[in-house]
Amino acid sequence: MLSERRIDLSPVVHDEVKYTTCYMCACRCGIRVHLKDGLVRYIEGNRNHPTNKGVLCGKGSSGIMQHYSPARLRKPLRRVGERGEAKFEEIEWEEALALATDWLGGIRATDPKKLAFFTGRDQSQSLTGWWANQFGTPNFAAHGGFCSVNMAAGGLYTIGGSFWEFGEPDWDRAKYFLLFGVAEDHDSNPIKTGLGKLKARGAKVVSVNPIRTGYSAVADEWVGIRPGTDGLFVMALIHELLHADRIDDAYLVRYTNAPWLVIRAPGDPDHGLFARGADGAPLCYDHATGTLVDAREANIMPALVGTHTLPDGRKAVTSFQLLAERYMAPEYSPDAVAERCGVAAADIRRIAMELAHVAFEEAIELDIPWTDWAGRRHETTIGRPVAMHAMRGISAHTNGFHTCRAIHLLQVLLGAVECPGGFRFKPPFPKPIPPGPKPAGKTVTPGKPLGGMPLGFTTGPEDLLVEADGTPIRIDKAYSWEAPLSSHGLMHMVITNAWKGDPYPIDTLFMYMANMSWNSTMNTKGVMEMLTDRDPATGEYRIPRIIYSDAYFSEMVAYADLILPDTTYLERWDCISLLDRPICEADGPADAIRQPVVEPDRDVRAFQTVLLDLGARLGLPGMTNEDGSPKFPGGYPDYIVNHERTPGIGPLAGWRGAAGETFGRGAVNPDQLRRYVENECFWAHHLEPGQKFYKFANRDYLEFAVHMGFIASSDPIVLQLYSEPMQKFRLAAEGHGSVQPPDHLRARVKEAFDPLPVWYVPFEEAKVDTDAFPLHALTQRPMIMYHSWGSQNAWLRQILGSNKLYVAAVTGRRMGIADGDWVRVTSHNGTIKVQVKLMEGLNPDTVWTWNAIGKRAGAWNLAPDAGEARKGFLLNHLISELLPPESCGRRLSNSDPVTGQAAWFDLRVRIEKCEPGEEAVSEPQFPVIERPVGLEPAPEVNRYGSAFRRPR
Amino acid sequence: MTSLPAERGAKRLGLVIDLDTCVGCHACATNCKEWNTGGHSAPLTDVNAYQAEQRGVWFNRVHTFEAGQGADGRTVHFPKNCLHCEFPDCVTVCPTGASYKRAEDGIVLVDHDKCIGCKLCSWACAYGAREFDEDEGVMKKCTLCIDKIYNTRLPEADRVPACVATCPSRARHFGDLGDPHSAVSKLVAERGGFDLLPELGYQPTTKYLPPRPAARPLDNVGQRPRPANEDPAPAGFLRWMDRMLSR
Repeated sequence: MLSERRIDLSPVVHDEVKYTTCYMCACRCGIRVHLKDGLVRYIEGNRNHPTNKGVLCGKGSSGIMQHYSPARLRKPLRRVGERGEAKFEEIEWEEALALATDWLGGIRATDPKKLAFFTGRDQSQSLTGWWANQFGTPNFAAHGGFCSVNMAAGGLYTIGGSFWEFGEPDWDRAKYFLLFGVAEDHDSNPIKTGLGKLKARGAKVVSVNPIRTGYSAVADEWVGIRPGTDGLFVMALIHELLHADRIDDAYLVRYTNAPWLVIRAPGDPDHGLFARGADGAPLCYDHATGTLVDAREANIMPALVGTHTLPDGRKAVTSFQLLAERYMAPEYSPDAVAERCGVAAADIRRIAMELAHVAFEEAIELDIPWTDWAGRRHETTIGRPVAMHAMRGISAHTNGFHTCRAIHLLQVLLGAVECPGGFRFKPPFPKPIPPGPKPAGKTVTPGKPLGGMPLGFTTGPEDLLVEADGTPIRIDKAYSWEAPLSSHGLMHMVITNAWKGDPYPIDTLFMYMANMSWNSTMNTKGVMEMLTDRDPATGEYRIPRIIYSDAYFSEMVAYADLILPDTTYLERWDCISLLDRPICEADGPADAIRQPVVEPDRDVRAFQTVLLDLGARLGLPGMTNEDGSPKFPGGYPDYIVNHERTPGIGPLAGWRGAAGETFGRGAVNPDQLRRYVENECFWAHHLEPGQKFYKFANRDYLEFAVHMGFIASSDPIVLQLYSEPMQKFRLAAEGHGSVQPPDHLRARVKEAFDPLPVWYVPFEEAKVDTDAFPLHALTQRPMIMYHSWGSQNAWLRQILGSNKLYVAAVTGRRMGIADGDWVRVTSHNGTIKVQVKLMEGLNPDTVWTWNAIGKRAGAWNLAPDAGEARKGFLLNHLISELLPPESCGRRLSNSDPVTGQAAWFDLRVRIEKCEPGEEAVSEPQFPVIERPVGLEPAPEVNRYGSAFRRPR
Repeated sequence: MTSLPAERGAKRLGLVIDLDTCVGCHACATNCKEWNTGGHSAPLTDVNAYQAEQRGVWFNRVHTFEAGQGADGRTVHFPKNCLHCEFPDCVTVCPTGASYKRAEDGIVLVDHDKCIGCKLCSWACAYGAREFDEDEGVMKKCTLCIDKIYNTRLPEADRVPACVATCPSRARHFGDLGDPHSAVSKLVAERGGFDLLPELGYQPTTKYLPPRPAARPLDNVGQRPRPANEDPAPAGFLRWMDRMLSR
């Protein structure tokens, strides 16, 4: 038996390879899809793509199973049973669209606010926001309010950019990397690749996370911090750096508002605002002339500290002095914070000195000349090779906005923002701080557009969307005194508020890709009840109509009245636009498209095409020609090419101009999509070396950014350590100005709107009895699942098909809880029953589980007895969308008081061992959702690939 | 029983897997599944794909475990697939000649037409690398993507195993470990690459790289000098009072 079989070493792999963009998570990598006999044979990363450079993660590599999922919806559905029963009839698209047009047309003609249009993890928010604007409702947002608005707003109000989509660590040059919290899916492949590069170079990786999984597992140092105390930890690092005089003061003077003078006149309406000259210019004290001058001038010698007398006789002090006074105080010393953070003071001191050592003694000097905003040429580019990254672990707390700002302060004090080796902006960022425009929606007129985009950036109380009496204008209460800087809205409050009719009832809830009756909501059981609750007076549902678009049979489908089935990501056109959430890199702007690589085998349509169709049927101005005909009869690809947001600027930046001769700004190019397809479905522009760093003060970059339409003016962007918009809201809370917070929020606004980062106890912790709820409870992102999507994937659910509650081994031993025991977990909002797994690498006061693994029985076309339903569970049942009551009985949303960010990670719980003999099933359980009409039962054996088999 | 090839070439194709940078993302596992379910061993069947007790054929699996206690411990992501041993018992126990080791490059394969599904090989493999397709009744295993690495229809750059091409943290390397001058052999030498269970004598071709020693606590940094009575604010910031800095 020695003969080796002859095997075919060069079988035909494909008939064709098509390029497109992955959508197995939000990372948006370039992929090559191999097609054979009309089927998807293989998906791999595109080596030339700027995001992933050829690699593809565990999710992206499972795209075949997502595309062929048995949970794919097949045809429009209309509810025929009760909500939640999933009893539908199949209807034709024409009927579905006529029905939606009828519902929405009536709303638009009478009161456009009665449409609440909220989209989930879609990547077309520049279209969906514009559609809401054209419809005329302010009640629009995507999922950012429950995802990471603290990260976005914290960055945009401080440095003009943020982690992930608006900036990235300089993976190629950093020598020290500080990673905060869970970050596994934002941004997926670039972080993995970056960690590989850092470690190969011997850079130090420090992970600050209560849980040692994923990236924390390969870190050189794991800091198992107590949840919600990262801000204190960072402020203690700042304390050490200030006391040791280990900050980049030259950088602070040149690029930040550190020397700007702040008015000190307690009681005055402008106390705490910047002292400004007659022309509005912020002032600083110039050592060279001994006078107060425009702080933005070049070649002055601004004082970093000191008190000065203003022309009106009042005193003013530099913002840096306020900063130094705060963080040099003993309350921020490592000794003072160590116990609360669960991190030894000596470790905090050491990490501070390590940061300083790398920033200053291991500084980088690149042989790259550049020219600053004042026209001064610098022969080299200096770098402070300390980089940081943070995401939801920081965001999802009620103190997350300030913690995020504190991290940026730390980076800026080290001079490590936008330099080689540090944190670098991705164009179109940095933008002015904060970027414009302001949110639209102060007036809502039937039959008319809103007059601007519903989401924007407030700079003071006058920008809030509140009625004269303070009542919120938006259904989610975004831009009200409950969440003045809520740049992404508060999707997690929409259903609760609409159900309550607070601030008013709505008519139609229109949602896309948001599993709001399950893993995407807080208080899941309560929300399911709200969706099915009827007004006893009328017998009608309290939320009268729900339209929902999804590609799959998610839990939310059962709760909608009209289902508009979407395509899979391999069946559609899309644009990953600079107007939206781009895929740029620090070295240059980039955008991308999806193209259909296979045709749908079902009666489904891409949601964006459906939305444009609905817009034309409703006669929305931007979507309708003067003769009433649709402006984009070719659907979404037609819009992608032909829509112009401002003259010459459209969804795609590449190959603009009639012949594709230009980029960024240029006429519509009818051939644009073909050019993208030819270029592997992306466009990337590489900045000149002299444009790549210090973009906020780099003349050549700023002029380029103006040309591209990223920013309106090439004035330098001055980093805002001290935040004047914050102080404006605080002044209002102190009684100044005409737009006043309601009295019950006055103290909270005053405390939360500190112009310098501050730390406070997370709200739930402050309100509950911490003896009764002694543990923090968190979720982490499995690297192989994107929210709830992965469980329908035959491959991914074999890797993670049910979840357990991880308990620190030391805590488990203390409580007599062993691996595999079942426990009840109780919060102020409810109780769940789950199975335990003990773990060493875990903060002892913290329990956690994987996000979104638990499924409702029957959903996603899984068998009702699947592990996801019987053993998997959601922590969401324990998390209330409302905080425990105030003394007056009022309940505020469980959100950051600045941005409205959902505070998922503030959760406090206790655990108690179940009685022996209890059934090994997670609780709560809900009635099985029946498979809707049109879906076939899922197969038991998956032999995908057998069709490609050739003689071996 | 099956003999190993009497005459072998010098080439020993295999992997080098870096435990220092594997973050446990399972890209190797799913990209492998994706290539191979339509490849030489197609399909990599899944049973109860959408039901309880789901399971299937995987040529790559990533195990995660903890070593050591508390903060001093370590979480390890350990990707595992066939090591293409020099002396593989999985081959020699095969009663039909279905399992064999290629003389040319050392890759261990299964001829599915000869396999009777007796599972002796999976019992013999100390590494648990054999995968039984219960639907087809035959044993399957990692082929090192033999229909990819030699596939002249693909561009040369793509002729690497799927798990290596896709690994986001570049924790996997492919090459000729029989050639001491190859990139992978040098990597093994530089990083102290090791065999799994060397005492069993299988001489696996694939090597693992250990975690690098944790990068500094930067011992040359020291601690900030701490005066006995540290001056709290406001006086602490006075050091910046006269500093002349140009904007």
